[in-house]
Amino acid sequence: MKEAKVVVNNKVGLHARPAALFVQTASKFQSEVNVSCIDPKENKLRTANAKSILGILTLGVFQGIEITIKAEGADECEAADALVELVKKNFGEEA
Amino acid sequence: MKKLNGVAASRGICIGPAFQFHRIELDTEKKEISDPNAEVARLDAALASAKSQIDLIYQKALTEASEADAEIFQAHKMILDDPELISTIKNRIQCERINSECAVSETAEQFAATMAAMEDEYFAARATDIMDVANRVVRVLMNVADSPTADLKEPAIILADDLTPSDTVLLDKSKVLGFCIARGSATSHTAILARGLGLPAVAGAGLDVMDVKTGATMVVDGSNGVVIIEPDEAIEKQYHQRMETSKKIQSEALKFAQSKAHTKDGIEFEVVANIGNVEDAKFAVENGAEGVGLLRTEFLYLERNALPTEEEQYQAYQAIMDVFGKHPVVLRTLDVGGDKEIPYLHLEKEMNPFLGERALRLCLNRPDIFKPQLRAALRAGVGHNLKIMFPMVATVSCVRKAMKVVNECKDEMRKEGIPFAEDAEIGIMVEIPSAAVIADQLAKEVDFFSIGTNDLSQYTMAADRTNPKVAELSDAFHPAVLRLIKMVIDAAHAEHKWVGMCGELAGEPLAAPILVGLGLDEFSMSPPFIPLVKQIIRNLTAEDLVKLAENALQLGSPKEIQVFVKREIPFIAEVIS
Repeated sequence: MKEAKVVVNNKVGLHARPAALFVQTASKFQSEVNVSCIDPKENKLRTANAKSILGILTLGVFQGIEITIKAEGADECEAADALVELVKKNFGEEA
Repeated sequence: MKKLNGVAASRGICIGPAFQFHRIELDTEKKEISDPNAEVARLDAALASAKSQIDLIYQKALTEASEADAEIFQAHKMILDDPELISTIKNRIQCERINSECAVSETAEQFAATMAAMEDEYFAARATDIMDVANRVVRVLMNVADSPTADLKEPAIILADDLTPSDTVLLDKSKVLGFCIARGSATSHTAILARGLGLPAVAGAGLDVMDVKTGATMVVDGSNGVVIIEPDEAIEKQYHQRMETSKKIQSEALKFAQSKAHTKDGIEFEVVANIGNVEDAKFAVENGAEGVGLLRTEFLYLERNALPTEEEQYQAYQAIMDVFGKHPVVLRTLDVGGDKEIPYLHLEKEMNPFLGERALRLCLNRPDIFKPQLRAALRAGVGHNLKIMFPMVATVSCVRKAMKVVNECKDEMRKEGIPFAEDAEIGIMVEIPSAAVIADQLAKEVDFFSIGTNDLSQYTMAADRTNPKVAELSDAFHPAVLRLIKMVIDAAHAEHKWVGMCGELAGEPLAAPILVGLGLDEFSMSPPFIPLVKQIIRNLTAEDLVKLAENALQLGSPKEIQVFVKREIPFIAEVIS
């Protein structure tokens, strides 16, 4: 299993177009990919399937929140790297 | 034969078969099934064809609407591909041995409820998307048509309670002769759609509309707000003649659409278009628009999840400006707030949206919205004849504040070395009575006025134009509104500024003689109205109309004024009959 942490810094967080891009990227890989973060309101750990747009949206990741990406499978390293890269580049948008 | 009276929502007459527009009722009742594996296979097949349907609609929306409109269907596809949603549905079919219809709709409802409970308008919108997608899958499972007009073989008159924007995307416009709507008013979505397409429509015709059988012959007289169901022979013949006459007039007008509009005594009036996107722009040019008197910019902001960037706006404005070359294009800055929903702006719900933080009021409080738009517009104006116009101006101080932001944007771009339209004219919409009353003061601050008669009427008459019970009061032909219009024109001319009009009144044949008489400089309207208004102006003598306008303003009601104009200028009565 490959695990990576990254802070979401783009304006809208994991919503709208960035959320769609995130899911599309995760779906390119065979590995199972999960995303988790601490819900700031309830201070609870929440996890979602990275290939589910509904899961990612309900996770409610806003600007400045750190997420943990966990990938497991044949291409786990590539999957985690690709997603971290996407987030670090602010989904190709202005921050 | 039966006659229904409603509101004249879009001009013209049509005769043809009725078509009841029904949203399809879905049967999602829970049923036990014997073979869960076969049921899952049935679901998979339905998912696949739902996906190809969405692909088709996406392509259609791309060509007919804008990329932003089409994006919503991309979101639909992602929902259809969602592993969480689909695996939950399949689990329920396997474990509970229930039918797909029920599993799809109940699971979707759960997901939608979770979204809706997040108390965020963005998620509320996604909840609607989930249900939209689920309903599509259920329609496929039930084997019913995707489009309510799929059975429509020949052009017909669409009858409905009212139509939503998503209904109209599915409507095959080549099969529509006109509209007859039970509820709604002259400003409802259907009415605006009909005017944009140049098709006749009657709104607010009452619930009797719903009893008309599909296939029954009917007449929609959108000029007079009358609907006749199964007309007798004599009446049908009468309407056929009127339709032929008006077609002849329209096609003759279209022949001369590209020529200028001079009155008989040689005074030229500018006739331009109200448009909302680049497709409208092309349509406007075909109809003889000499420019744009109102470019609505809301299209860039609707049906999406975040503000459009400066670059995106720049490209969209430039594409429209390119269509018009050196002809004037009046760009209205964002007019939203209150009643228009833009979830990602997180606007507070207001008690009186029409009197709330709308348009310029919102923009002045939100430089993050206002500045990128102004910069994009000024940049796109390079090499073109751009004019910028602010909506919802009530006081001199709001104009000054807005001008200050314009100057800030210009300073920034100068420093950044970005080229922009340095001398673009800046004007305001006159749609709030206070602005009309202090037009003499405002005229000193700006380069031009454009009178927005729809809002000016509803604010002057204190009558909500979307409320069928009082909408009739909100009539731009009312002497109270016409007198304000005269004040505005006189005040502008005293400062040597020009005045346009971009409300519905500018495209009204009966209003043309009055507006010419009052000295309005520019008429801006929906593209289909342009040829006729130009033709009317060509047949008027401006000199005689000063007195006519003066007399009209002394009359007591919209009705009296219209009768008076028809009597004084008989040819217009013929044109609009």
